[in-house]
Amino acid sequence: MSSTPPLPRWADIGLLPVLNLMIAMVVSGLVIAAIGENPFDAVAVMVKGAFFYDGSLGYTLYYTTNFIFTGLAVAVAYHAMLFNIGGEGQAYIGGLGAGLVCLALDQVMPGFVTIPLAIAAAAVFGAAWALIPAYLQAYRGSHIVITTIMFNFIAAGVMVSLLGGVLMQPGQSSPASRTFEPSSFIPFIHEILNGIGIEAARTPLNLSFVLALAACVFVWVLIWRSRFGYSLRTLGQSEPAAAYAGIPVGKTIVVTMLISGALAGMMGVNEVVGVNHRLVLNFTAGYGFTGIAVALMGRNHPVGIVLASLLFGALYQGGAELDFEFQTITREMVLLIQGLIILFSGALSYMLNPPLARLFARLSVGPRREVQA
Amino acid sequence: MTGQDTHHGMRGGDVSPPPAVELRRINKRFGRVHANRDIDLTIDAGTITGIIGENGAGKSTLVSILYGFYSADSGDILIDGTPVALTSTADAIRCGIGMVHQHFMLVPTMSVLDNVMLGREGGFTLTDGISKTRKRLAQLSEDYGLEIDPDALVQDLPVGLQQRVEILKALLRGARILILDEPTGVLTPQEADRLFEILRMLKQDGVTILLITHKLREIMAITDDVNVMRHGQMVAHRKTKDTNREDLARLMVGRDVLFTAKYHEKEPGAPILEIDALTHHDSRGSTVLSDISFTLRAGEILGIAGVSGNGQSQLLDVLSGIEPVQEGTIRVAGEVIDSRNRRDPTALRQVGVAHIPEDRHHRGLVLPFSAAESSILGYHLTDVAGSGLFLDLQKIEARCADLMQRYDVRPPDPQWRSGGFSGGNQQKIVVAREIAASPQVLLVGQPTRGVDIGAIEFIHKELLAARDRGCAILLVSVELDEIMALSDRILVMNAGRIVGETAHGEADPNRIGLMMAGIDPNNARDITVQETGAA
Ligand SMILES: Nc1ncnc2c1ncn2[C@@H]1O[C@H](COP(=O)(O)OP(=O)(O)OP(=O)(O)O)[C@@H](O)[C@H]1O
Ligand SMILES: [Mg+2]
Repeated sequence: MSSTPPLPRWADIGLLPVLNLMIAMVVSGLVIAAIGENPFDAVAVMVKGAFFYDGSLGYTLYYTTNFIFTGLAVAVAYHAMLFNIGGEGQAYIGGLGAGLVCLALDQVMPGFVTIPLAIAAAAVFGAAWALIPAYLQAYRGSHIVITTIMFNFIAAGVMVSLLGGVLMQPGQSSPASRTFEPSSFIPFIHEILNGIGIEAARTPLNLSFVLALAACVFVWVLIWRSRFGYSLRTLGQSEPAAAYAGIPVGKTIVVTMLISGALAGMMGVNEVVGVNHRLVLNFTAGYGFTGIAVALMGRNHPVGIVLASLLFGALYQGGAELDFEFQTITREMVLLIQGLIILFSGALSYMLNPPLARLFARLSVGPRREVQA
Repeated sequence: MTGQDTHHGMRGGDVSPPPAVELRRINKRFGRVHANRDIDLTIDAGTITGIIGENGAGKSTLVSILYGFYSADSGDILIDGTPVALTSTADAIRCGIGMVHQHFMLVPTMSVLDNVMLGREGGFTLTDGISKTRKRLAQLSEDYGLEIDPDALVQDLPVGLQQRVEILKALLRGARILILDEPTGVLTPQEADRLFEILRMLKQDGVTILLITHKLREIMAITDDVNVMRHGQMVAHRKTKDTNREDLARLMVGRDVLFTAKYHEKEPGAPILEIDALTHHDSRGSTVLSDISFTLRAGEILGIAGVSGNGQSQLLDVLSGIEPVQEGTIRVAGEVIDSRNRRDPTALRQVGVAHIPEDRHHRGLVLPFSAAESSILGYHLTDVAGSGLFLDLQKIEARCADLMQRYDVRPPDPQWRSGGFSGGNQQKIVVAREIAASPQVLLVGQPTRGVDIGAIEFIHKELLAARDRGCAILLVSVELDEIMALSDRILVMNAGRIVGETAHGEADPNRIGLMMAGIDPNNARDITVQETGAA
């Protein structure tokens, strides 16, 4: 077993993700070239489509909001060495919680009551959906990866039966609830900007984005500045040390997963209360799974997660633009490119670690040798 | 440096075979720490060479470079006179270098045979490799008296035998240069003696051996040459026959060292930890503690002597709250603990029970944490760590810096990664943390394992000072010297029982040794004769 010293921190959290991204871009470029389009044009379209076209930035940040929530959820669990693959289901059920509050209160309560309650309900429902897998992991030894995946399926089943049943709008035949009263909508950013006299295009971006940024601060404080975060990280790094320190293993696992589930659940706020304004099927659209790649790429740090979320947001939005501009580039092709980026930045994110570490080791020898010679 | 140079000079005109290992101007830095600075080292073939030095002097770093585990920033390595580039451990193995790590690199759930085969499985099917390896293993075992059951699971073997598996693994890969980094830290004295017999046999066979140890008596007993490192530099080279313990200690530490702590009698205070009929079973149901009863008083050090694996570790686990009490009662600082009234380590720390664990790597520290973060392990819910729900990082780091200075931890940097300290310095961090909690009861397991002589002197002084302040100390150690030097009273454990007790003045190492081996010293005369006769 050979060992090279670990990469410098800046290289691990800065250089490595950028390199991974570049590889993904090169491979995507080759694919685009193979179908006869100019990859550089495609990149230009993507960048413009993600940031510069009218309203595109709003769309990008709207996607970013979802990724921040689900990425944070994965990261919090990861620091306790728990792999929460259930963000998708927790977000789905979290959205249900938010939707139920809106459906129950929107006609009798003002928005400033309904919306905070809906946010709280999303967190509580998301947490609750993580509770059973957490309990089983903590006290029964069932592996959390397996149980959270299974709970994704259960969540999907629950939503289909509710939206096709009791929650379905009377007189309609599509599986969706009625639309909430406008008083319970989370304000759109473009409305606020227009309100203070700034011209802005209509986009789905709403104040949930601010909530997501607040969640980042919360997670940072929780993990690195709170006593509970210390327990959580100790447990994640060394179970014997946690036992020695008297950190209650089961309780810490459960609380960590509740927080993780709550963060994932709040993604539902953006979709249900912020954008759709009703409960629909599949509003999670894979954001929960992409959150795993976001957390990996963001090195489980809130700052990294914001950057990675922005990247994935841009990719979603720019990808849609690509589909629109080029005849030959289909929706599937865009999915392929997104998949490549997830592959290289997520699944293969440490592929380049060993060669890079060796390179750094060699670089640090070179100059000093000259000095001595 | 001059000594080193003359050593080289003498070699210059010689026609004798080239040295087995020659290191020239090796440098290695970890960030700000210059762990190896212009190291020159020559090791003659077929000798046993010792490297000694304080904790953090750079010994492990140096041999890790020789084993290809780290690459040097600069410098040259010559094996049998030929320059080599060791970029990985595979390269080193190819050059005939083997290493026995302090923390064994074995797969516990696999058999001895499987372990020694790892990485050299042979062809597509295993059968060929298995039969060949089995034969060679038998041959090696016979040649060097390294008896071992190839089908035993590694996890079922005592540490001494696990180490033997490591040695066999290295020899099987054709090692002609064998590096041992603190091999006796985890061994009982008997196992250590056995290891040295094996090393002598290997030496006769022409194997070159490089030994790192903190125990100067081992250096004096087995090495031909000894090299002293200090602050990353090689500061002295001696022929073992021309030196002595005191001389080496002075070279290492730069001053005279007390080998035995300054013990003085002191009247103990009120009983503070009372243990009554404690019995404990492990997860497989075998009895590891049986009917243990004793009382520990304030201002008293109670030593537990015993060969490792006789229940001492479990005793510490139960007393510190890591394992719940199964049968019997513990009374500590007014609390009554039994199978129904449980206390976890946090609750026990609150009533003043601190614990220096035997295993600093897995328990005492969290290796990826900073030193400051590790310095609140177990105390992260108390005032020293912050207020309310939050940690106060500035406060924690300031306190850690203060502890590091008082205990001379190197480097004295609270943000340094816990895993980046040398073994002895890690131990100092743990000792500092637990003593700083000013406990009423201090449970201590192997406090000086892997610690240099200067630091041993220091830790012993601190333990005695804590005792003088009224702390009740339960000291578990496999080093009988340590137990005898510090304890007001000594209990001897064997097979989970307490088999004897002596007071400080009356302790007789021979009697205690017999009791540790499970022999009643009062009618031991004829048994010892039989024992020696049989051996
Ligand atoms: N992986 C690492 N990362 C950072 N610093 C390291 C690392 N390994 C060693 N060091 C530093 O290099 C110095 C030398 O460490 P080394 O482990 O070689 O000491 P040692 O002589 O073996 O000490 P000990 O007797 O305590 O085992 C120490 O100051 C240590 O903190
Ligand atoms: Mg060492």
